[in-house]
Amino acid sequence: MSILTAAQAVLPMSDGAPAENVEPITATITAAQAGGAFPLMWLLFALPAVGAAVLLIVGRRSDRWGYLLACALPIGSFILACILLAQMMALPEADRQVTLELWNWTFAGSFDAAFALRLDPLSISFVMLITGVGSLIHIYSIGYMAEDPKRRLFFAYLNLFVAAMLLLVLADNYLLVYVGWEGVGLASYLLVGFWQYKDSAAVAAKKAFVMNRVGDVGLSLAIMLMFLTFGTVTFSDVFEAAPEASETTLTIIGLLLLLAAVGKSAQFPLQAWLLDAMEGPTPVSALIHAATMVTAGVYLVVRSNAIFDLSTTAISVVLAIGVITMTMGAWIACAQDEIKKSLAGSTMSQIGYMFLGAGLGPAGYVFAIFHLLMHGMFKADLFLSAGSVMHGNDDQKNMRLYGGLRVAMKVTMVAFFCGFLGISGLPPFDSWFSKDGIIDAALGVNVFAGLVALGVAGMTAFYMTRMLAMTFFGSPRWAEDQHPHESPPVMTVPMLILSIGALFGGLFFVYVAPIGEWLAPVTGYEESTPVIPEIPLKLTSLAIAIIGIALGWRKYATKDVPRVAPTNVTILTTAGRHELYGNAFNESLFMRPGQYLTRWLVWFDNRSLDGLVRGIATGIGDLGGKLRLWETGYARSYALSMLGGALLLGVVVATARWF
Amino acid sequence: MDPSAYIILSAILFTIGAIGVLLRRNAIVVFMSVEMMLNAANLAFVTFARMHGNLEGQVIAFFVMIVAAAEVVVGLAIIMTIFRTRRSVSIDDPSLMRN
Repeated sequence: MSILTAAQAVLPMSDGAPAENVEPITATITAAQAGGAFPLMWLLFALPAVGAAVLLIVGRRSDRWGYLLACALPIGSFILACILLAQMMALPEADRQVTLELWNWTFAGSFDAAFALRLDPLSISFVMLITGVGSLIHIYSIGYMAEDPKRRLFFAYLNLFVAAMLLLVLADNYLLVYVGWEGVGLASYLLVGFWQYKDSAAVAAKKAFVMNRVGDVGLSLAIMLMFLTFGTVTFSDVFEAAPEASETTLTIIGLLLLLAAVGKSAQFPLQAWLLDAMEGPTPVSALIHAATMVTAGVYLVVRSNAIFDLSTTAISVVLAIGVITMTMGAWIACAQDEIKKSLAGSTMSQIGYMFLGAGLGPAGYVFAIFHLLMHGMFKADLFLSAGSVMHGNDDQKNMRLYGGLRVAMKVTMVAFFCGFLGISGLPPFDSWFSKDGIIDAALGVNVFAGLVALGVAGMTAFYMTRMLAMTFFGSPRWAEDQHPHESPPVMTVPMLILSIGALFGGLFFVYVAPIGEWLAPVTGYEESTPVIPEIPLKLTSLAIAIIGIALGWRKYATKDVPRVAPTNVTILTTAGRHELYGNAFNESLFMRPGQYLTRWLVWFDNRSLDGLVRGIATGIGDLGGKLRLWETGYARSYALSMLGGALLLGVVVATARWF
Repeated sequence: MDPSAYIILSAILFTIGAIGVLLRRNAIVVFMSVEMMLNAANLAFVTFARMHGNLEGQVIAFFVMIVAAAEVVVGLAIIMTIFRTRRSVSIDDPSLMRN
């Protein structure tokens, strides 16, 4: 027991959970009532939207100053978000739900689609993440895209993304969520395919877009079903009416929402697009495919907690998907050689943790969002550092050709190392609090899921050590013309700021501004008691992380890493290199049959439908050709036929009258 | 007075007109034949009006005359134009509508 007491003294033990059960927010106040900066909350998404519009409309003439405008506007949103956050913290806890109706799209019967925004602790947390990390990534992109002739266009798309993402999290009804949802999908498509002259980028963009559409169908169907069931799509009305609906309906709505979330968040079974999406420029991978857009699925599930709480089936599926993807992502991350693809696998895995957290119900929502915010910081930091490494190495992505970069790229290594500390679960950094919060809660709700999460934490530490060691340690394995150099300050400063978040975000959100108490009024919270007491559990998770790091270090830092990937590897590694055959599965199950179907349809169309149409046309043409011969052109013969006709008519009439 | 004589006369006139239209090539003559057919019809109308003791047939005869007058104006103008361009009034000649 003395070890345990000592551990309690040394290790930070709290996990940010609210102290007691909190009352949910019931009252909604309008922005006008709340006063202050609240009536201006539309500026949050309007500023970057204006940036995108100006840069796209003014076009090349804005090449010289466009990127500065594009950086200034998200920073403006960030400042406004800080003011709003301060104001919201000043409000009493029960009033922290401010809505602002800008206008109404349509009045069609009982269908009431208002363009209304809603700011509550959940959405403001997202707004802070999106504008904060987004601004830093905008600044980083000035340096990263400096050589690109289309930099202005890149910034226009980035602004478009930020605007759409803010709209997604600020929306007060599902219809407006859908607008933002499609907006971020479009921005993701444009940015993944930004270097569309590369075939691989164009194909990856199309793949991401198409696979996202599969999920989006789920969201649109869920909205329709909600309107059919509840007669409204506004959050508060839907959640209020949800307990009256049948469980079957709620399960279907929940599963459809989950389909949308799975598509957007690259979770199993719609995970295959994320690794290809790494073809986009690295700031895009950091902002869209790590920090914000891919976490929109988690937002959707947590936001709809009133629906998921009422359907045990739907929430169990969320949990199962979280567990599966968490493992798959970590597995892929362990085997990939490209630094960004390995990080993408890690993103899948971490979002899997968030889904697991959300799948635990009220015990886990808070931790899912906590981990999401932490992940937004440390993963953006890791991606930006990876981008810096690629920038300094002629866009080389293969970690087998890095090695020993700690000498040439000191600042980048420091930033990457901070991200490493943030993700790998060492105290007192980000994941120590957020990921262990999820594991704690999971062990209280579903022991199996908790144990898998504990195991994957070890894999996380392993693959992060592998990345760190292959990139910055060991002996140099550079190509002959490769001259690694440090990136300019415009790139390293945002990385270092994010590093601070990766190191101290967890401490901040547990001890300074407890995230649990902040979010619980929106998401609800229930204490869950893990099957293992807290201190042994913490020690176990720490031990697992250290074992993972030690294994990774022994395999990749102390031994030479071959420059060409070895082929005599276990079947597990081979599967990981092939992304667990997700592409092969999709291709054989959906793409090939789809191609056969279209081929058959073309054949059928040519033969039967076109044949029918062409046959009718030819038949009528031929008939006309025959009839034409009757037209002699002699007026007298026409006169004769008229006379004949008249006589015939007379005979018919006379005969009819006779009888 | 037996009205059937007028009907028979009308039928004979109509037949002569119809034969004229069908057999003659000269457009002017064809035109005259058409006029004859119209007037045969007029005669029949007037006779029937007399037989039935009302005025409707006579009114229609007036209408036919008016239509015939209009038709003569248009028809002669067409024949004149054709004659100017082709130097012929044969109605078999302008078989441009052939096939």
